[in-house]
Amino acid sequence: MDLSYGAAAEAFRAEVRAFLSLHWPPPADARSADLKASIRTFRALATGEGYLYRAIPKRYGGSEQPVDVIKAQVIREEFARARAPMEVGGNGMNMTVPTLLEKGTDEQKELFIRGTVEGDYIWGQGYSEPGSGSDLASVRTKGELSPDGTKWVINGQKIWTSQGMQSTHMFMLVRTEPDAPKHDGITYLLIDLDQPGVTRRPIRQMTGEEGDHTFCEFFFDNAETPVAWQVGERGQGWYVSRTTLKHERASIGGADGLGKQFAKLVDLAKEVGRIDDPIVRDKLAQIEGSVLAHRYSSYRIFSCAAAGEDPGPVALMMKLLLTEIGHEMALLAQELIGEHGFLEPAGAGGRGNRGPRGPEKWLDQIMGSLGNSIAGGASNIQRNIIGERGLGLPRDLAMSGER
Amino acid sequence: MHFHLTEEQAAIQNAVRGTLADSWPIERIHAFADGDADFDRTSWDALMALGLGGMLAPGSGMGLLDAALVCEVAGEAAAAGPLIGQLLAVAAVDASGKSDVEALSSGAQVATLVHGGSDYAPSARAADLFLIVDRAKGVRLVPVADATIEPVKAADRTRPMSKLAIADGAGETLFAAADPMTARLADAALVLVAADALGGAQKVTDMSVAYAKEREQFGQPIGRFQALKHQLAHMALAVEPARALVWYAAYAWDAQLADAPRAAAMAKAHLCDTYVQTTRAAVTAHGGIGYTWEYGLNYWFRRAMADRAWLGSPAEHRARAADLAGW
Repeated sequence: MDLSYGAAAEAFRAEVRAFLSLHWPPPADARSADLKASIRTFRALATGEGYLYRAIPKRYGGSEQPVDVIKAQVIREEFARARAPMEVGGNGMNMTVPTLLEKGTDEQKELFIRGTVEGDYIWGQGYSEPGSGSDLASVRTKGELSPDGTKWVINGQKIWTSQGMQSTHMFMLVRTEPDAPKHDGITYLLIDLDQPGVTRRPIRQMTGEEGDHTFCEFFFDNAETPVAWQVGERGQGWYVSRTTLKHERASIGGADGLGKQFAKLVDLAKEVGRIDDPIVRDKLAQIEGSVLAHRYSSYRIFSCAAAGEDPGPVALMMKLLLTEIGHEMALLAQELIGEHGFLEPAGAGGRGNRGPRGPEKWLDQIMGSLGNSIAGGASNIQRNIIGERGLGLPRDLAMSGER
Repeated sequence: MHFHLTEEQAAIQNAVRGTLADSWPIERIHAFADGDADFDRTSWDALMALGLGGMLAPGSGMGLLDAALVCEVAGEAAAAGPLIGQLLAVAAVDASGKSDVEALSSGAQVATLVHGGSDYAPSARAADLFLIVDRAKGVRLVPVADATIEPVKAADRTRPMSKLAIADGAGETLFAAADPMTARLADAALVLVAADALGGAQKVTDMSVAYAKEREQFGQPIGRFQALKHQLAHMALAVEPARALVWYAAYAWDAQLADAPRAAAMAKAHLCDTYVQTTRAAVTAHGGIGYTWEYGLNYWFRRAMADRAWLGSPAEHRARAADLAGW
């Protein structure tokens, strides 16, 4: 085994570093008063070099690079080191664009990919409904063709939409064939959210967070979208959506983030004067065993990807492992913060500059670790996936209609 | 960048797996478990015939990772014999340059590992040599003539322990306490026990999954029930990601990385805890059949307890890991 990336990768790293030293932070003469404009200019330059949007064709604003997971990793590392902006994040890049590249029409690709890549279009996910969570294929939001057959008319409700207050568009699952078996009556639609038939409302979270950055629910009252914005065949939306969820799973994880959070937990133990407590040391080392198992397993998955080999069931376990470690860290953090736990941290759950925060700031992680066990495939669903796809156990009869 | 097994490494594991399937099937384990022996010549010779004895000899072209992969399969099969002691004895004697290792490499001479400060060693009655690895006192090689062996009724029926009395200063010093080889051999031992634990934990998880697919209740395989499915998923979640912890610890030892001692401590602590938890979960996942002697799960259950206690408990190694991190 060898954890070095090799000479070619190191030469490439030097190139990326040279590029970053010239362009980020932007040199004085190229600096715009508007940070957003500076970022946009930088991303365009970086894309021109082949560092960003590597999987996206040039005609849609990408850099169309051959798959090279080592190069991609070097780019992530160097951009992170320079604190340079990476690709725009969110559902658009993680879900809409991969789905369109695989299943979209040329017209849809032309219309949406560049705008998403450049950050002009922000996508909300319209999957869950109040009555359809893990049993997603039971969605009831209705789509009916307009009398002239050119538009879908949508009525119903969607929920748990991250970035919903900022979203310009939504990709959604809509029941269009009420008489078909449940998985075969769904169509995948794209919709412009700026229209009178769409109402959105932020949902206040247990963290107290509300307003622009929380998730939302959406109400559709005769909202409309052109038939040309339907992705895949009518009634095949369930199968189109499987592409996107796969992409989402692949994008959750992050051994570096977990490692940093663990380092902060050690710092917390020092800050509150408990680092010499043998019980705390034991618990920290116990948690770190799992943190390292996660880290080295991500090396393993990465190494297999670089070699074009299947890493096996471990890839199905990474999200649940991350979630479980988060719970363990939350419990130890709660022990460590002691009476600081009486306090609500400044700007709880929010982001940006929240003012001075003491150990009570761990409330964000303590609650956020629960969010992790729900978002992006709830933990019990992850256990089903490990059991059924990983271990080959028979499917639950109630779910056996799913493919 | 390479952090998964090569085809050659997978082939070595398969060769060892096949050899043990032939020479150490469950019927032989049953017979051995109820007998008095602490060593099985047939399966030992079969393993040694593969040339495994000399894997850790400097210049073998192999390393601790390869040795760990073999110990993993030995753990999976609940193999008898002091494989870990043998591998380390060859490494120690060869590196010391004090004597010829031919008889040890071939398995003709049998060596077992004695953890510094412990009164116990596996397969002691079959051993010609005792390799004492003691971080505080160094590494010694003691001939059987200088050891007093008291057989005890051992809980681990596949690698029965005996009680030992060895006088201080008996045998020959291979490395002084301050010699870096002493700590390296102690670290290597931790990694190999962690590998044994990994193999055993995987084995009982596989047994539980296979049983859940075959056993029917309420007219269907019990593995379809979500409660059991989730329990099995958690067993796999404990074992499969931890595999990389063993790989890393072995790789770090081979590459002499600065964090190798800490990685060995973490792997030993984590995997031995995992093995105990997984064997306990396996018994509950099986139900009554898992509690019987005849089914055989108990051999791994007992081995898990032995691996946990051997060379220091998880808590002891976590305390070392905390110190080594400078917390």
